[in-house]
Amino acid sequence: MPTIKLTRPKLDAGEKIYLGAIFKGFFLTLSHAIKSLRGKSAGAEGLASSGLGITMQFPEQRWDDHMPEYYRGAPTLVTDEQGRERCVSCQLCEFICPPKAIKITPSEIPSNDPWAKVEKRPLEFDIDMIRCIYCGMCEEVCPEQAIYLRKDYLITGTSRDQMVHNKEKLYEIGGVRVGLVNKWNELK
Amino acid sequence: MPEILITLAIIVIKVVTFTFLVVLPLVPLSVYFERRFSAIIQDRVGPNRVGIPLTLLGMKKDFHFFGLIQPIADGLKLFLKEDFTPNHVRKAFYWLAPALTVVPALITVCVVPFGPDVTLFGHTEKLVIADIDVGPLFIFAISSLTVYGITLAGWASNSKFPFIGGVRSTAQMISYEICLGLSIIPVLLYFGELNLSNIVEEQAKNGWLLLPLWGDSAPWNNGGNYSAWLFLIPAFIAFLIFTISIFAETNRMPFDLPECETELVGGYHTEYSSMKFAMFFMGEYAAMVIGSALIITLFLGGWSFGFGFDDAIANFAIGDFKIGGLLHVGIFLGKLLAFILFFILVRWTVPRFRYDQLMKLGWVIFFEAALINVFLAALIIAAPQFTSAIIASGSVLLVVVTAAVIWVAKVSEPPAKILRA
Repeated sequence: MPTIKLTRPKLDAGEKIYLGAIFKGFFLTLSHAIKSLRGKSAGAEGLASSGLGITMQFPEQRWDDHMPEYYRGAPTLVTDEQGRERCVSCQLCEFICPPKAIKITPSEIPSNDPWAKVEKRPLEFDIDMIRCIYCGMCEEVCPEQAIYLRKDYLITGTSRDQMVHNKEKLYEIGGVRVGLVNKWNELK
Repeated sequence: MPEILITLAIIVIKVVTFTFLVVLPLVPLSVYFERRFSAIIQDRVGPNRVGIPLTLLGMKKDFHFFGLIQPIADGLKLFLKEDFTPNHVRKAFYWLAPALTVVPALITVCVVPFGPDVTLFGHTEKLVIADIDVGPLFIFAISSLTVYGITLAGWASNSKFPFIGGVRSTAQMISYEICLGLSIIPVLLYFGELNLSNIVEEQAKNGWLLLPLWGDSAPWNNGGNYSAWLFLIPAFIAFLIFTISIFAETNRMPFDLPECETELVGGYHTEYSSMKFAMFFMGEYAAMVIGSALIITLFLGGWSFGFGFDDAIANFAIGDFKIGGLLHVGIFLGKLLAFILFFILVRWTVPRFRYDQLMKLGWVIFFEAALINVFLAALIIAAPQFTSAIIASGSVLLVVVTAAVIWVAKVSEPPAKILRA
């Protein structure tokens, strides 16, 4: 490899005194401060700033409108358009879940149920939101498209128990999802 | 007997007011400004939430006060944290060190003039705790004791990073102490005075040192004598050296080598927690407050508003009480806060110096510059009394000495090495 000789750049007298650069720096930082106070910082508009810097101030302002389509929030269970719970308790999500946040207790569907031929449904379905890492693997692995990562991001609680989402809670957040899986529908 | 009691009571009141009600509250306030202004410079918001939580009491809205309560919350947190003393430290010095950094900073408050005279109940009182005739010398003598706290903390912690921090601090403080002392000699020559109250009064009457636009210093008032304006050159050099040395003395940002996080974890206070750490913090900020107070007092007119308004403000009275002095205290505090903001601005503008650069700046550049500046100032002050021949030979001598110093500094520097890629 050839040797490349580098010399330090020659500074002229003004640069050697160093003060000019410092004052330039003052102007730069001050202009940032002034722009920030006026809410005109670079990128403030795109980030929907609160008018001070580029920060959106949380409880008053929400970024819900700015959330991208692909946002991965809380994992939830969904029902289909007929009100049937899509989950068939195959437990694939429970097994794939990297932090082991999901716990499912399967149960049979009684024979007098209109959806008896689906055979199984979860009796208990708990997702421990303290453990959940929002990776989306449960959504990916689900053969019934029953578990979805919704856009809910405000998962808070004051105790460990409150941070466990049980089945009712999961259906409540998840809501109804239309289309896609219709194999249990007798009409189709 | 009652005479003495009254005098004593006045002294106690002054000590308590100025130290505990003016300077100490300025410490959390400057921490707040530090955090908010830093945030604003970096396009952030900063702490703006901590206030009075009225919602807890069943009211509808919280009071935020722009987050002004934040420093109190910080202090409370530090107070409630575990005060942990590691096993490997030298206990006595470890416990002594934090106090040694706070106390000198607070002692120096006593010579800072906060305002002119105030008349209450027919009794005139100066708004300075100790009106002594060695003001700046006293401040230098006491504030240089701060280094003991830092060095002791570094040594007593008995661990490598604090130790390096302590050693660095010693070298840095001693180097910059010299520039600090030498740089204000022109100022003291100009005023012929070491009493800070008198220096400020002089500036209020005859124009600030860096703003000689009224009173005797302005050429249109003193019959075309431009010496005060000519003195701006050494005054500005002195201001520059003094300010930068104060930055180094207070371990502020471009010179915060004793505690630089990137190299030394936390420097000298790595092993400290809770209130002991808070005391280092407090000492640093108190030193910053006092440092800016000294710069303002010497160069920027202290409590004076300037432009000849000072007499009107000082004579402002409600009935018998001449409380114009309190307005001047307000002006002084305003200037102080502005200067603290400048400190913060510098922090986010100038990157930290390398250690050898710091030493070179102190010993090779500032020391010489301050020395030459003393001669320059003396020449300008003495010029009106001498014939032009003496002035000319003096200037020639000054130029020769300056050239010689620059030449020596250049020669003593090793030639730049060729970098290889």
